[in-house]
Amino acid sequence: MDVIARLVPQGARVLDLGCGDGALLAHLQETRGCSGYGVEIDDANVLACVKRGVNVIQLNLDEGLTMFDDASFDVVLQIDTLQHLRNAEVMLRETVRVGRTGIVAFPNFAHWPNRLSVLRGRMPVTRRLPYQWYDTPNIRVGTFADFETLAERNQLKISAKFGLQDSRNVRFAPNLRAGTAVFKFSA
Amino acid sequence: MLIATPQSMHFADALPLQSGASIRAYDLSFETYGLLNADKSNAVLICHALNASHHVAGVYQGQEKSEGWWDTMIGPGKPMDTSRFFVIGVNNLGSCFGSTGPMHANPDTGRVYGADFPVVTVEDWVNAQARLMDALGIQTLAAVMGGSLGGMQALSWALQFPQRVRHAVVIASAPNLTAENIAFNEVARRAITTDPDFNGGHFYADDHKAETKPKVGLRIARMIGHITYLSDDVMNEKFGRKQVAGLHLPEKLVPSGGTESPAVPSVEAYSYSTQEVEFQIESYLRYQGSKFAEYFDANTYLLVTRALDYFDPARQYGGNLSLALARATAKFLLVSFTTDWRFAPKRSRELVKALLDNHRDVSYAEIDAPHGHDAFLLDDPRYMGLVRSYFEGVDKGLQSKQFLASPLFENTGLLPEKLTPVGGSAVREATSMGAPIP
Repeated sequence: MDVIARLVPQGARVLDLGCGDGALLAHLQETRGCSGYGVEIDDANVLACVKRGVNVIQLNLDEGLTMFDDASFDVVLQIDTLQHLRNAEVMLRETVRVGRTGIVAFPNFAHWPNRLSVLRGRMPVTRRLPYQWYDTPNIRVGTFADFETLAERNQLKISAKFGLQDSRNVRFAPNLRAGTAVFKFSA
Repeated sequence: MLIATPQSMHFADALPLQSGASIRAYDLSFETYGLLNADKSNAVLICHALNASHHVAGVYQGQEKSEGWWDTMIGPGKPMDTSRFFVIGVNNLGSCFGSTGPMHANPDTGRVYGADFPVVTVEDWVNAQARLMDALGIQTLAAVMGGSLGGMQALSWALQFPQRVRHAVVIASAPNLTAENIAFNEVARRAITTDPDFNGGHFYADDHKAETKPKVGLRIARMIGHITYLSDDVMNEKFGRKQVAGLHLPEKLVPSGGTESPAVPSVEAYSYSTQEVEFQIESYLRYQGSKFAEYFDANTYLLVTRALDYFDPARQYGGNLSLALARATAKFLLVSFTTDWRFAPKRSRELVKALLDNHRDVSYAEIDAPHGHDAFLLDDPRYMGLVRSYFEGVDKGLQSKQFLASPLFENTGLLPEKLTPVGGSAVREATSMGAPIP
């Protein structure tokens, strides 16, 4: 959370897509003087956000971000959200339409334990990807390298990229060595 | 059990109305629950919808089944906790539950207003409510809260008196009525005004004549209203095609292919009547209509539905709701219900968007409840939990005294002083599969 928070400028206006229980947004408000909103679909998470005093809008991201104006946020976050989205590519474009900067974090399917598992002929089940293939909510499985290609395809300018493993930045060979891929980008 | 005590306040100064008319002197009925704290910062105003009143919570001493219309929500230890907040319920002008209305005498003429009671708008109501707050010594409300038409008043408070509202809780409401919604109101009004007993709105008893209450029209108005407060699903679940206690045909008479198979269930016979009640839904609607016509006033129904129709704060901003809401500085909680088709979630989302455009603090929950518009009066645990948590936050804000430094005035370099309301008016109706009205 700290690593992500450090990517967000002080006092930024933040939209957190799939904000969960609002912990990151609350952290950004407390430590970095940020303001903004979370977007969540889950009732329990919406309640948790209200309990924390974090602004939350209950919305299905598959319906898009029409509620939000162009460039109305400094930063739009998609932390562990992208992999759940039916319209992942559209949402990526929406992220840079609504925000000046987008920050995406998602599980990197090319992390070496995952590769080993697939080599053995089985889908990976790890701490980062704890689900079985038949019950996973992660409908988009992609890799660090895949995202770079997708970003290029959508003409996004990547201003920071690194892997995260055991709460540490992975700068060298993140596609192999990191369980989580992190990108900061703009249109 | 919370015991409620109705009170009344007289206002001798004329209230100018949006229409240009005014009400020379008037009374407002209200109730309060809980205690006002020393710095008078914990007051919460509850605004009522179409057919409700100032009796929001608690019961009347010695009266069975006299619970207030939002007693599930409001009371000691309830989501809107009256042991933390000083809660005020107020009956609106033009109503028929105690505040000055069409059944009262016009001080200018000494005669009962009847149809001559001036058209009142949501903005007018809010102005009247503000005077009551003045009289109670409450400068700033911790929150204004309402559902449906009540939600419109909460919104209007935030627009008319931004400096007096810290939080606006707007439930199952809308920034204005759609054409379909106005259409339903119009059908209801026509049912009333074409009732021969309506007598042009002058149906009250006076020296020359006895009262002729247009109950037929009121019943039909209520029936159509009631349909729109429910969802198709909930109606089907509750009534389906069930018939009122009818005859059971002996199985052998069932025309089912002619066999005497024991698998053929018995079937209630149709009465083959066009005018008798056949289905349970008919009986239910007739019952609701009759009950309503006993306690509600026809002129009030016209006034309140008109207030709903007229409410449209974006109107004077060329329909731009974001511009209209720019003056609101309160923090907002909005709630809608997925099966509410009369005040649909998308109407609440329009409000959310307008608040987002203005960078206001807003939270929005869309409760997946089957009960249609009526859901806002019912006891859904997600809904109740949400409101509870929100008000715990409001309370925490009061305790921390942070608000004395006042985040209220941030964001708006140019806070309008005392806003004269402009725009339309509106109201809406709370019904009843759940909410007994006094």
